[in-house]
Amino acid sequence: MHTFVYQRATSLADAVAVLKAKPDARPLAGGMTLLPTMKLGLAAPSDLIDLSAIGDLRGIRRNGDRVVIGAMTRHAEVAASAEVRAAIPALASLADGIGDAQVRNRGTLGGSVANSDPAADYPAAVLGLDANVLTDRRTIAADQFFLGMFATALDAGELIRAVEFRVPKRAGYAKFPNPASRYAMVGVLVADYGGSVRVAVTGAGACAFRVPTLEAALGKQFSAAAIEGIEVSASELNTDLHGSAEYRAHLVGVMARRAVAAALG
Amino acid sequence: MAIPMDLQVNGQAVHLEVEPETLLVDALRNALQLTGTHVGCDTSQCGACTVHVDGKSVKSCTMLAVQAAGTAITTIEGLGSPGALHPMQAAFRQHHALQCGFCTPGMIMSAVDLLARNPNPSEAEVRAGLEGNICRCTGYHNIVAAVLDCAKVMNSAPSREKAHG
Ligand SMILES: Cc1cc2nc3c(=O)[nH]c(=O)nc-3n(C[C@H](O)[C@H](O)[C@H](O)COP(=O)(O)OP(=O)(O)OC[C@H]3O[C@@H](n4cnc5c(N)ncnc54)[C@H](O)[C@@H]3O)c2cc1C
Ligand code: FES
Ligand code: FES
Repeated sequence: MHTFVYQRATSLADAVAVLKAKPDARPLAGGMTLLPTMKLGLAAPSDLIDLSAIGDLRGIRRNGDRVVIGAMTRHAEVAASAEVRAAIPALASLADGIGDAQVRNRGTLGGSVANSDPAADYPAAVLGLDANVLTDRRTIAADQFFLGMFATALDAGELIRAVEFRVPKRAGYAKFPNPASRYAMVGVLVADYGGSVRVAVTGAGACAFRVPTLEAALGKQFSAAAIEGIEVSASELNTDLHGSAEYRAHLVGVMARRAVAAALG
Repeated sequence: MAIPMDLQVNGQAVHLEVEPETLLVDALRNALQLTGTHVGCDTSQCGACTVHVDGKSVKSCTMLAVQAAGTAITTIEGLGSPGALHPMQAAFRQHHALQCGFCTPGMIMSAVDLLARNPNPSEAEVRAGLEGNICRCTGYHNIVAAVLDCAKVMNSAPSREKAHG
């Protein structure tokens, strides 16, 4: 690994200032993605700004129809949170299915969302649960946030502070995990907001996306039967050694039905 | 440039000077000679390097040593000693839950964390809880048996303190 300057930021303003002054500096959250990437020589930041000592970035709270989760909250904390389990059990179970126990003890919500890995779980929750991404300078709606493979609406040096998820009437998440890595081959989050339904898919395309045909059918009738037989187009989906685009398109339908069943269960 | 840092390792106060890019596992194995913690893959997959940082299982090949400043770390050496094995170590021995033994320190650290969070797991929960640890020898069967048996032993012991190793 290349050497770098290590710094523990004590406030968000502090971290933002360093990132502004040093264009090749990068924030360090759980390090579960960034450190392996640096070991492989795929990233060589000049500075790492460790966000772990910034208290404002931690914690989970209910605010009206929203659950607000700090960027540095670990996956294991979301999975175990009584607040999240009560308001959005699907989100707790999604967090509980990320990677493995050691990864969940370190990895953070903010790091996962900022990274926009095409196979990551959280992007499906951010998009499906109509979340807002709160940064050091603005609020970005989920529909505007994920732009492509490892690409988001964040500016250079912009930091995620928290993500606020809108509490649905009911929701479910189902993923077909890659048997080796546990990343999503396909993951689908379905959220019923009473009349309007959001269906967000991860693992299948360049980044998380919604499926309007499934949303419309579930909006009329919220049941797995209502989306039986609806074909999802494979045209922009991923093909890799784990599966073809057609296979992933098929999995979107299967996972969507399982997610609806989980929401109803 | 070396960074001075203080932390606790296996209950002892330790002062280290580390380069920013030094991994926690290398600080433990090289600077502190705690070679019970193994490196199997160095790519965050296998869990052989698992230690506890403030009581939680962590892959020490995927954490910088400097990130551990101010924390309390437990390695396999801190869990028990040859004369006084931790119940999990004793259960692994009794159930023949190891063959080459390379994965064993990490496996035991993960299993101890698992029981601390879930003192009475089902077999499926044990298997899911150990997903971050790979064993190429045993086929996992005896590892799972050892963890389930250890849970029973610790639940019947007068104090569960030791579960938090
Ligand atoms: C073995 C293994 C299995 C995994 N399995 C899964 C899985 O099944 N599903 C899944 O979703 N993920 C999985 N992951 C990834 C894991 O969830 C990571 O924790 C996550 O993707 C990144 O979070 P982090 O906190 O570790 O971020 P880091 O690695 O610290 O950072 C990731 C990136 O985000 C940037 N960043 C961090 N925080 C912020 C912030 N607040 N604002 C702006 N930018 C920021 C960093 O600069 C970096 O570019 C796995 C990882 C491993 C090692
Ligand atoms: S050596 Fe750390 S996970 Fe394999
Ligand atoms: S006993 Fe050999 S790798 Fe597990």
